[in-house]
This record gives sequence, C-alpha cells and structure tokens, in this order.
Amino acid sequence: MDFVYSLLDKAFPFELLSYSFMKNAFLAILLVTPLFGLLSTMVVSNRMAFFADSLGHGAFSGIAIGVLLGASSPLLSLILFSVIFAVFITYIKQRSNESTDTVIGVFSAMAVALGLMIMSRGGGFNKFSSYLIGDVLSIRREEIAVLFVIFCGVIVAWSLLFNSLLLLSINAAFARSRGIRSFLIESCFASLVAVVVAMSIQGVGILVINSLLVLPGAAARNVTSDVKGYHLVSVLLSVLSGLTGLVGAYYCDMAVGATVVLVAAVCYFLTLLLKPYFVK
Amino acid sequence: MLRSIFHHKPPETDSGSCAQRFCCTRIENFSVEYAGTGVLSDVNLHIHCGQLTALIGPNGAGKSTLIKAILGEIPHKGKISYMSGNGRKSPRPRIGYVPQYLSFDVSAPTTVEDFFLAALSNKPVWLMGAGKLRNRILNDLTRVRAEGLVARRLGALSGGELQRVLLALALDPVPELLILDEPVSGVDHNGLALFYEILDKLRETEDMAILLVSHDLDLVARNADKVVCLCDGVAITGTPRMVFDNGRVKNVFGEIYVPDENYQPPVFVPVKHGGDE
Repeated sequence: MDFVYSLLDKAFPFELLSYSFMKNAFLAILLVTPLFGLLSTMVVSNRMAFFADSLGHGAFSGIAIGVLLGASSPLLSLILFSVIFAVFITYIKQRSNESTDTVIGVFSAMAVALGLMIMSRGGGFNKFSSYLIGDVLSIRREEIAVLFVIFCGVIVAWSLLFNSLLLLSINAAFARSRGIRSFLIESCFASLVAVVVAMSIQGVGILVINSLLVLPGAAARNVTSDVKGYHLVSVLLSVLSGLTGLVGAYYCDMAVGATVVLVAAVCYFLTLLLKPYFVK
Repeated sequence: MLRSIFHHKPPETDSGSCAQRFCCTRIENFSVEYAGTGVLSDVNLHIHCGQLTALIGPNGAGKSTLIKAILGEIPHKGKISYMSGNGRKSPRPRIGYVPQYLSFDVSAPTTVEDFFLAALSNKPVWLMGAGKLRNRILNDLTRVRAEGLVARRLGALSGGELQRVLLALALDPVPELLILDEPVSGVDHNGLALFYEILDKLRETEDMAILLVSHDLDLVARNADKVVCLCDGVAITGTPRMVFDNGRVKNVFGEIYVPDENYQPPVFVPVKHGGDE
C-alpha cells in the first residue's frame, strides 16, 4: 500500500493528492468507476435503469438490518441483503406475468419502507444520513484493498458472463435454445451489480448511485456502434467523470458523488449532440 | 399408406449412416394449457429429417405456443420423443431456432459480428477480437446471402435481413432440427422467396428436419413437404394438397392453389469451375 502511495506521489505531484484521504479517494474512484462503466453497458441495453434504482433503495434495508443485528460496519449485511434482493427480483421477474417495473416497484418500495422503519426507531435517523449523500473522502486504507479484490472479481466475472448476457439481451428464447441458462446468468449479473452498488454506496450515496449505472452506458451508446467501442467509451467516460468530479468537489467543497454524477450527465448531453456523426 | 408417404426416404448416397442418426421428432397427445384454458389439445405430429414441415393456422391458433412447448420454454402434457432412422430412441437433437419477434433494443451498439461472436466463442466479446472466427462468421453469413451485413448494427437491419442473420446463426453448428417462427411483418415478398430458397437448399444438402411457422400459404403450398394446420386446437396433417383440400382448412383460409406434384420448377445449373465438387 505504501508503495502505491509513493507511486501516486511521483505520478501526480499535485497539492490535492498530498493528503492521504485524497489518495484513498483517488484510488477508490480509479477502482470503482471502471466497474460502473462496464456494468452500465448492460444495464442500459437490458433496460434495467429502474432495477439499478431499486438496488440503491434496497440498500436502506440492508444497512438498517445490519445495524439492528449489531454489526459494527453494516457493509456485510448490506452486500448480503442486496444480493438476495437482486436475485429475488430476477426470480419473480421470470416467474410472474406481471410487468417488470411493477414487480420492481413493489419490492423497491417495500425495501425502503422497511429500512426507514428500522432506522427511524427511537428517532435516530440522522446518523444514517451520511449514506444518503455518501462520502468518498472517508474511505479508509483497508477498504481500498477490498475494492481491489472486488475490481478483479468483477472483471473476471464480466469476462465469463458477458457473451451469454449479450445473447439473452437480444432474445432470451434464442439464447436458451443455444443452451444458455438464463436464470443463472441473469442472477449472476444482478448479484454483480448488487455487490458493486453495495460497495460504493458509502462513497457515492444512495440518492445518486443508480445514475452511475445508467449515465456512462447511455452516453457511450450515443457515439459507438459495436460492443468493444461501447465498453471502451463507457469505461473512459465513467473514469473521467469520477476523477473530474473528485477534483471539482475538492476545490468547490461539495459532495463528491453528486459532482461525479453531474459531470457524467454533462458527458451524456455532449454525446447526444455528437450522435448524428457517429451512429449510423 | 400414409406412413409410407410421410416416412423419410434416405438419400441413396448415405443410407447407411441415416439409420443411426436422429431422423424423426414424434409429438404424441401434446396439450398446452395457459392460465387454465387449453390452447392446444391432443396434437399428434411427426417431423422428419429431409422434410420441410409447415405449421399454419389462423392467429391465436397456438402455432407459436406449440413451438415454445417443443423448445421447452413452456410446460406441456403429452410426449415428445426423438427417433433415429431405424426406429430407436435417439438423444435430443441439436435444435436450431429462429424466433419470431426480436424485442431487443434497436439502438444497442451491437454489430452482426458481435452477435455471432457472443454465440460462437467463449472469449468475451468486449475484450477480444474475432481472430480465426471471422472466416467462420463470413461463411455462415454467405450461406444465407448476408455476407455484406457483418459489420452492420443489428438494430439497423431490415426485417428480412435480421431474419437471415438469425437463420445463419441458427445453422452454426448445423442443427438436426431447425425450428423457424416466421415473422408476420417486415419481410417483403422477395425476402420471403429468398428465405424459402435457402431452406429448400438446406433440406436437400443437410438432410435437416425443418419445422416452419408460416403465414404465406402460397409459398407453403409450393415448398412444404408436409403441412400441419392448427384450427381450434386440432391439428390437420398431410401433404399440402390433402390439407388445403380439407373442408375445415378451406373454411378458414379459402381456396389455395397447390401446384401439381409432378410440376418441376425450372432448375438453373451453375457453371462448374474446376472439379471441386
């Protein structure tokens, strides 16, 4: 870790990176934003923006249950709850004839309500409000290591899952006729999104996290027409928004998560203007 | 007698291997219920290799339902078994499937090549290039005369083009049973004629069993070896002439002209280059 820090000092000899909390935030953003870039390509293609939103909301319950069970950091319970929540929604979606957004709407609202009920018990909601906005500057050294493991895990999982996911997104029956197990693949994808969201909520905040799963992909598809380009632009835009947001938030003293999202939104509108020149 | 008409005659060149391999899909007492009401009841059907079996019927008769049940997408009652040429049970054949509707996101940045790579390769499409597979993809597309579409975006294809691309992928690896749900709209008559021409060639060269849902009855009358008409949940099965002469079918569709069985369409013999074949 110290080696990484000294490397950062040499590579980026700027005043703002001289603080160790900024170094940690910088590393966290470098590790997390590419993942949002990757996952958002499929979130957008599969029209899962609402699902991504519900994962953020589900986090309320995950955190609340963790606190209720007396965990010192609710991260583990948050990850567990998010994964179960995501797989459950995928299951109901496959089994039910109800439209997807109805199913998600029902469970998303339930998860928020349950979380708020537990959190507000005895009037102690205020101590949770940091989760709403998020604080990437509070990320600690040990958490960077965890993020690195998750980063590698997601890259490997994405390499294994992507082809099947792409076929499923084009036509599920066709994909199944080629031997793809749709529930397994979709559950894995939903869990992957759930883990990344749960890991990043502390840094980005519940209120804006889902836009990070939508904006990079939505912007990238405006200017690309094949899978490789889509991924490359989505990841680049995501990292760029992350770093710009961090620097901007530092100088203007604002919430980092919100600034990152706003930069990503600006990228989206810029690519929208460029769309006629790229996509045929 | 019907049996002898419907039973597949193995081509003389490979009569030995044909007895061993998958040859017939037998559907017996097939019923599908949907939310408590029966969509299909007691359908009996044999689909043979080397034959084009056309599935026709009015809208809502259960054509797509039958196909989905065969594919295992929806539960059914009754039996489906696969037999080899010598009457023995055979394992589930490789099934190629071309779906009817593609409700995918037409603005998705996915090219025809990406789509093929995702289906044919284990290497992640987002990270790796086509490499050696590029030739295989071009060959697949050439088979359905779609080689020019390889770099096009899926969402930018016309209905007929998309159908041919899907057919090309359904044919790699070469299936033993090919199931096609023909699109209702978006394919013009030329596209459809080309589609039937490709199927005709496949049936002969690959000895494939083809099950096709179709709405173009004239093309069915001309090209199918066997017609299955689903009307009111009952399957009427036979040669095109037998089915289109059936009173019940006439009530639904009216008169359909069936060309004479002895009629041979004009054959164009390609000019041979060297002694390749």
